[in-house]
Amino acid sequence: MMPLSKDRPFLALLLALVGVALAMGLLAGTPFALSRYLANAIGQLAAFAVLALALDLIWGYLGILSLGHGLFFAVGGYVMAMYLLKHSFVVTGTVPDFLQFMGWKDFPFYWAGFEFFPYALFVAVAVTGLIAGIFGYVSFRSRVGGVYFAIITQALVYVAMLLMFRNDTGFGGNNGMTGFAVLFGWPMGTSGMITALAIASLLVLAGVLVGCRLLVGSRFGALMLATRDDETRLRTLGYETLRLKLGVWCLSALIAMCAGMLYVPQVGIINPRVLSPELSLEIAVWVAIGGRGHLAGAVIGALLVNAVKFWLSFAAPDIWPFILSGLIVLVVLVFPNGLMDLATFKLVRPMGPRRAAAALEEGR
Amino acid sequence: MAVTALLVDGLTVRFGSFRAIDALSLAIDYGEVRAVIGPNGAGKTTLLDVISGITRPKEGRVLFDGAFDLTQASDSAIARAGIRRKFQKPSVFEGLSVRQHIAIGADAGFRRALDAPALEDRVSEVLETVGLAGHATHLAGELSHGQKQWLEIGMVLASDPKVLMLDEPVAGLTDEETERTAQLVRRLNRPDRAIIVVEHDMDFVERIADRVTVLHEGRTLFEGPMDKVRADAGVIEVYLGR
Ligand SMILES: Nc1ncnc2c1ncn2[C@@H]1O[C@H](COP(=O)(O)OP(=O)(O)O)[C@@H](O)[C@H]1O
Ligand SMILES: [Mg+2]
Repeated sequence: MMPLSKDRPFLALLLALVGVALAMGLLAGTPFALSRYLANAIGQLAAFAVLALALDLIWGYLGILSLGHGLFFAVGGYVMAMYLLKHSFVVTGTVPDFLQFMGWKDFPFYWAGFEFFPYALFVAVAVTGLIAGIFGYVSFRSRVGGVYFAIITQALVYVAMLLMFRNDTGFGGNNGMTGFAVLFGWPMGTSGMITALAIASLLVLAGVLVGCRLLVGSRFGALMLATRDDETRLRTLGYETLRLKLGVWCLSALIAMCAGMLYVPQVGIINPRVLSPELSLEIAVWVAIGGRGHLAGAVIGALLVNAVKFWLSFAAPDIWPFILSGLIVLVVLVFPNGLMDLATFKLVRPMGPRRAAAALEEGR
Repeated sequence: MAVTALLVDGLTVRFGSFRAIDALSLAIDYGEVRAVIGPNGAGKTTLLDVISGITRPKEGRVLFDGAFDLTQASDSAIARAGIRRKFQKPSVFEGLSVRQHIAIGADAGFRRALDAPALEDRVSEVLETVGLAGHATHLAGELSHGQKQWLEIGMVLASDPKVLMLDEPVAGLTDEETERTAQLVRRLNRPDRAIIVVEHDMDFVERIADRVTVLHEGRTLFEGPMDKVRADAGVIEVYLGR
């Protein structure tokens, strides 16, 4: 791998992220400040980019495709929402909608302590670590990989969605949780809070990006690539790849969890739709479009696709699925390495029917 | 007095009702280069798979140094014990450099076995041995077929294994590359190392092997020096004569 000091695209992206965060901070409160809508959008995009990095780490560098990363994103999101509601209740006395809806007088017992952020953070890490650890151990132990693993992760997120749709679980049911009034003692929804959350998201993104880059550039990163390219070969050189896969898998889940924690206060709501199989599939599309196995690519892919999606949600909400499908076809047929192909002008000519037939013939 | 490195004892491997290895017993000593030959499907690769812990036998044991039963150990534990193997299909990590391959081979496990300068020396030494010193920074994906074969040999060599297994190391190589590989294998031969080579190229086998085991349908058809193998009526019938 290229030394960090020579990795121009990576450094340029990092500089841009930190630069935008800095500019937003300096301009806050001046007439040149970004609109609340734009600042909020930037913050949400940054949270999605963190999510994309989580997936690229295991898919691009370890060859394990998860189509269920929405699960870990949701764990972070739900725990953050619980903290926000409980904290808001303690500060302002507002009773959350879902309690009234269920006709409950008080929070369920397992909400105890969620007004303390460190405790909420601990619960998020513990739950994510537990789910990822057990699921990863069982799967990797029995050598489940490839398509099977992807399908099982998709099933897992789907089951979680069905569970969260139930109203009696005490997590908001199908309406989810909303009405967050206070964060760390500060009122939500002000320009200052919106800007601060966006800056925090950008800085977390920059931090995760640097952290992932150092990891994949290390000796451990070389072992990740070796596992991806030929796991049996690495095992028969004396490496217990189960530990490596489990460690990176859990790390990836924790990064996705962080993304969820950043996302929820900015979007102002969480409901079981973050657990829909579509969102988890979409993460893979962002990474594929950016170029899997390139950290900067994953970030740019997530930012671009979601920026288009944000814009279309105004302009033409109905055509988003067609745009998304079109992008997938483009990536699969024309740019197998996503935007990274565009960057290096390695445009692959799409195969005509005759060449495709010849290729099939050869492959036989 | 020869010391046995590997003792294969009553080994049977089944795939469904088919016996790929059938009550096979053989011993391989330290200091020898043993060639295992036989027609396609004879069970040569399967034998190496059992020794390296990839395939579990139905019956029988494989003892390493007279005590360690490899049929009960994991593939990575077997490798850490000092048994290394080159696969039939060249198996390298396309995304890593030649140098990184040797470094990964020299360390066995996540904790470093060698400190940085010692690792550096080891990598240079191995690259020199397999003739890839000029390609240290190239990606494995950029190498020719022959170079990939040598890279994989270098990778399994880097940890100084006690047992070295090479599955068809000269398949697809040019005559000149085959010659270089033969010299390499002879150089790797040491009193404290056993080398097993699976190969079809008889001239190559003749050059490198001290003893030859001929497998046929999962059983030993013949065992002895190469000149006796060539003269054996049974071997000619099932293998050489075809
Ligand atoms: N995983 C497997 N499943 C089923 N059959 C197998 C498997 N591996 C090998 N075989 C069969 O076992 C026999 C021996 O194969 P192998 O050891 O690869 O032979 P060779 O001597 O050519 O290396 C062949 O008939 C092969 O088809
Ligand atoms: Mg074979």
